[in-house]
Amino acid sequence: MRKSAQAYPYVWRLPLLVWQGLFFVGPLILMVAMSFWLVRNYRMQPDFILDNWDRMLGRDYFWNAYWITLWRASLAALLASLIAFPASYTLAFRVSDTVRRWAVFFLIVPFFTSYLVRVYAWQVLLAESGPINAVLGFGGLGPFTMLNSGFGAMVGYMTLVLPLVVILQTFSLASIDRNLIEAAWNLGASPRATLFRVIIPAAKVGLIIGAVFAFILSFGDFVSPFYLGGSKPPTLSILIIDTTKSGQQWPRAAVVAVMMIVTLFVAAFAAVGAAYGKRKS
Amino acid sequence: MKAGRLLSYLYVLALFAFVFAPIVTSMVFSFNSDRFPTVPLGSFTTHWYETAFSRPEVWTAFGNSAVVALCAGALSTALGFATAYTDFRYGFRFKTAYLALALLPPTIPLVIMGLAMLAWLGRLGLSGTLPGIIIAHTVMGAPFAMAICRLRLQQMDTSLEAAAWNLGASPWRAMRSVVIPFCLPALVSAYCLTAAVSFDEFIVAWFVSGLNKTVPVMILEILQGNVDPQINAIGTVVFLTSMTLVIVAQLLILKKSAK
Repeated sequence: MRKSAQAYPYVWRLPLLVWQGLFFVGPLILMVAMSFWLVRNYRMQPDFILDNWDRMLGRDYFWNAYWITLWRASLAALLASLIAFPASYTLAFRVSDTVRRWAVFFLIVPFFTSYLVRVYAWQVLLAESGPINAVLGFGGLGPFTMLNSGFGAMVGYMTLVLPLVVILQTFSLASIDRNLIEAAWNLGASPRATLFRVIIPAAKVGLIIGAVFAFILSFGDFVSPFYLGGSKPPTLSILIIDTTKSGQQWPRAAVVAVMMIVTLFVAAFAAVGAAYGKRKS
Repeated sequence: MKAGRLLSYLYVLALFAFVFAPIVTSMVFSFNSDRFPTVPLGSFTTHWYETAFSRPEVWTAFGNSAVVALCAGALSTALGFATAYTDFRYGFRFKTAYLALALLPPTIPLVIMGLAMLAWLGRLGLSGTLPGIIIAHTVMGAPFAMAICRLRLQQMDTSLEAAAWNLGASPWRAMRSVVIPFCLPALVSAYCLTAAVSFDEFIVAWFVSGLNKTVPVMILEILQGNVDPQINAIGTVVFLTSMTLVIVAQLLILKKSAK
């Protein structure tokens, strides 16, 4: 009896450590180690060589992929934040609590629903002879080539991240102390000044977190750049898949993966620093 | 001022239209007779459903997906609940690191998880098996389950469990008759949500699955060929399944937290 009571806390604490240690930390450590391994005759051998790193980081196509991925993810984070903001503002300040709750409810549903099939649907919608071009055609416009371009990829990224960014922004805006906003009005601040000098600074943390998630998700996404962006130029995730699926070049794919994780960590820490960092008053 | 208000509501509606457009598109075109979908629509047909679901491999894929989602959901929920309870009940050294470990997986890009899992599960001899996919999906689902259970525990009076102890219940008994009943809606909710996450996940599953394909992996491979309206039919079924799970998951939380 005493023994089982002593064991009690550990029964709840240990499963996570064991499971995530075995199936999350373990695989990631192996992947980092693998980036130093040797490939000979299509077989990997544990080793400690910098060959894979030299080969990947010394090639232009890696850096091209790196910059295009970084650029697109940054653009997606910026665009998503800008597109989401007016909607989040409306949901936070101009509707009742009930409406806001249902709006968030209906944004959570697509976030967890079959991203892959949604991207396929965009492929249908944006096609040269697809419904959107057909409608534009009635007005005498187009047809526009929207697939296999940066635009197509961006539509995909927005599909992926917009619901989440709106949710995060709405929560952070709705939790601002209303007295602050009223005080600004009473002190004669214009709507513009209230927005830029009171509301946005007060909701800063939520806005930045929204942008960071948009960045992380777009940076690692493979489906949009591949099926809507036309995979040319390839992004880092496409590079990983190509390198892994064609033959046994897993160590080189691991190099790309490690570079991605490092970039995400740097971006996330910089953003958290910006969110919680210097608060000048 | 009034016009501005109206405009802002229209903006929200437009954003929702953008978010839901692909879902509606799939559903509409799954019943449309044209091979290359466009407007004006062709005639109504269930042809694509009939073709898709007359193929045995589609049924196999749905079977695989169901097994994986049910198992990964159960494991994620158990793991998530245990972690949420630990966070709720105990303080200990390195707790921040512990929580970081619990919540980190969703921030790692799926392609990277796929590569890492492929190499790791290969070493364990689980590559290409359904248990391999279940393991990977549990890693990804557990943080969501933890968040849901943690929110529910937040609403529980801490003295409730202590009262049970004072009345002579062992911690195990208190867990069984106080904590778990209180958390039941959250547990069911977490189960539905993590099952949906698993049911929809395709990148890690694609890396790991080998010949045991799940539904999204099958879709991914059909996609690499031509436009095929069968995907709309299969996709509609997938949408309805995961949307139902996510809606049930949310209603369970909303209903309880409103009280």
